[in-house]
Amino acid sequence: MFPRFTDDQTAVRDAARDFAQSEIAPGAAARDASGEFAKDIFQQLGEMGFMGMTVPEAYGGAGVDFLSYILALEQVAYADASVAVAMSVNNSVACAPILAFGTEAQKQKYLKPLANGEVMGGFMLTEPDAGSDAAALKTRATRVEGGWKLNGAKAWITNGGVARYFVTMARTDPDKGKKGISAFILDASQPGVVMGRPEEKMGLRSSKTVMVALEDAFVPEDAILGKPGDGLKVAFGGLDGGRIGIAAQALGIAQRAMDESVAYAKARISFGKPIGEHQMIQTYLAEMEARLQAARLLVYRAASLKGAGRTCTVEAATAKLFTTESAVWICDRAVQIHGGYGYSREYTVERLYRDVRVTTIYEGTSEIQRMVIARELLK
Amino acid sequence: MKILVALKQVPDTETKIKVAADGKSLDPADVKWITSPYDEYALEEAIRIKEGKGAEVMALSVGGDTAKDVLKNALALGADSAVLLKGDGQGDAFAVAQMIAAYAKDKGFDLILCGNKGLGGDNAAMGPMLAELLGVAQANVVVKLELGEGTFKAEREIEGGSEVVEGALPAVITAQKGLNEPRYASLKGIMAAKKKTIEELDAAAVTAGAQVSALALPPERPAGRLLQGDAPAQAQALLQALKDEAKVF
Ligand SMILES: Cc1cc2nc3c(=O)[nH]c(=O)nc-3n(C[C@H](O)[C@H](O)[C@H](O)COP(=O)(O)OP(=O)(O)OC[C@H]3O[C@@H](n4cnc5c(N)ncnc54)[C@H](O)[C@@H]3O)c2cc1C
Ligand SMILES: Cc1cc2nc3c(=O)[nH]c(=O)nc-3n(C[C@H](O)[C@H](O)[C@H](O)COP(=O)(O)OP(=O)(O)OC[C@H]3O[C@@H](n4cnc5c(N)ncnc54)[C@H](O)[C@@H]3O)c2cc1C
Repeated sequence: MFPRFTDDQTAVRDAARDFAQSEIAPGAAARDASGEFAKDIFQQLGEMGFMGMTVPEAYGGAGVDFLSYILALEQVAYADASVAVAMSVNNSVACAPILAFGTEAQKQKYLKPLANGEVMGGFMLTEPDAGSDAAALKTRATRVEGGWKLNGAKAWITNGGVARYFVTMARTDPDKGKKGISAFILDASQPGVVMGRPEEKMGLRSSKTVMVALEDAFVPEDAILGKPGDGLKVAFGGLDGGRIGIAAQALGIAQRAMDESVAYAKARISFGKPIGEHQMIQTYLAEMEARLQAARLLVYRAASLKGAGRTCTVEAATAKLFTTESAVWICDRAVQIHGGYGYSREYTVERLYRDVRVTTIYEGTSEIQRMVIARELLK
Repeated sequence: MKILVALKQVPDTETKIKVAADGKSLDPADVKWITSPYDEYALEEAIRIKEGKGAEVMALSVGGDTAKDVLKNALALGADSAVLLKGDGQGDAFAVAQMIAAYAKDKGFDLILCGNKGLGGDNAAMGPMLAELLGVAQANVVVKLELGEGTFKAEREIEGGSEVVEGALPAVITAQKGLNEPRYASLKGIMAAKKKTIEELDAAAVTAGAQVSALALPPERPAGRLLQGDAPAQAQALLQALKDEAKVF
């Protein structure tokens, strides 16, 4: 039977579920309302090893396999998707590229504190005029004594204002197009990195997403990640992992919507019986469950392949496309099943409906996933 | 310094308790088992002492196979070793105290920590009995603990206040909520715990103390009553009921 988890994977999932249910879920609605960043929770997640899960112990991580990470992320998303996205960014696009492309010295200096939870990390690729088309980015990195100076604007940066180190893509050669982009590890604790006010988002309200202005932000010689010109390779190297991570986030949200809907369908009475006894509501629940189960298998399968070091571009894109689109639909049905109450802040599904919406957009929109899948098919 | 932490496995508070067919024990089907929360304070204190001044921490539980989960969790949290004394750890506090005393007697523990009571059973008896059987000092319902050179100073909760007691080690200290804030196991700890083994021994044969003769659930709560009429009528009826039936006034 698939998936069959190892003892280690089950233990990690259970530990994540236990912590998420006891410590993360209770404050989720309040944080959604106030927008307050869950600082203490990240402190604890870091101490427990959830911020650098697949990073080897020698570099401060927990040293577990990729599927374990995905199982944990799903549990955290079930409790609070805002916490899950920051956890995902730290693991997938801050730690992972440094682990994959960093020098030994960079791993000691940057990866260790990111993985053991001392500081948080982020990823600066998107710009106001370069989203899906990342190669159109304009931020400039110019050579100066001892390193580079970065100038430009970055948009939609998760963990902005709360993270210390950002894997940052900038143009070192304006004439070389895609090949003229390099990746850097940027220390945000300098005046040249100016964090804007957090965006007023539809959902993920307690995750901080900001516009960043880089004004002569300095990167020392030894903080370039990979070689000059490797920027997109670094940025996209962890993409499969990032996509599976967001799929897991959507999966957790959708499972929560499912559970909330089943409970509500049993409790709410209309026309003399629980609404779950109306055939149309049963149709919704059955369809939701079918998509959820299918999505889960896609996510776990892609994660297993990734964990085994196999190529999984199509599987990761498929998992992200199907899971996030299904999750959006599932949350929409969950609101419908809740009737007027699903439209109220007092019911969890209202938050899930807002939180889930972004999953078809970031880490590659659904359109981009379709492009990736079709391109591989037509190769 | 050698510390022994005694941990009891108890049903989760969310478990729907059912009485077994014999009418005097718990029906174990569908029970979700957890470590008694008071014992978690005891373990956390031991680990903090280990981190602070250095100590060797052994976790011990009396019970059956399922009690191994409690010990695995203790290992994940930082206990160095774990022992399962196979025997009935649920009913008779005196029997359990004798089993632990028989095991701990000549092992040179400087400190024995346990919960001040087991969740659910609420006997609050095992720790004090253990101290008596071992002939060592004890402090119970402790909310603050300091160790000196071969001595301890413990603040304990008493009715309407607190009391500070001092004594010489070895001693049995029973933990109360407030002693500390127990941590969650780290992933590293969970993985490391898998590599450690739990020693399994048969518990010593002991003489029974008390025996449970019957176990019953509290009577079901009667259905609530809806007051009828408009607001003044309802208020009137409520006042009447509070006076005549509940006798609050
Ligand atoms: C909450 C949140 C957090 C984020 N966090 C980060 C972060 O930490 N770091 C970071 O670098 N970025 C981050 N992003 C940015 C995110 O990755 C981008 O929003 C995403 O890549 C889409 O880019 P865009 O918004 O510019 O949309 P656009 O690229 O302008 O796309 C607009 C629409 O056009 C479609 N489209 C674009 N090109 C094509 C094409 N060739 N064919 C078909 N359709 C196309 C898209 O699919 C989309 O539907 C975040 C975004 C959000 C909302
Ligand atoms: C913003 C807002 C403004 C509103 N304004 C007003 C107003 O001004 N005045 C007013 O009177 N009301 C108002 N309402 C109430 C609104 O009309 C009700 O929410 C709506 O009728 C649904 O009822 P309900 O929320 O109780 O859901 P329920 O009736 O409990 O329905 C829950 C779910 O079960 C389904 N269902 C119920 N019965 C069946 C069945 N037999 N077969 C199949 N499916 C079934 C429903 O379609 C729904 O999906 C408002 C609601 C909102 C959200």
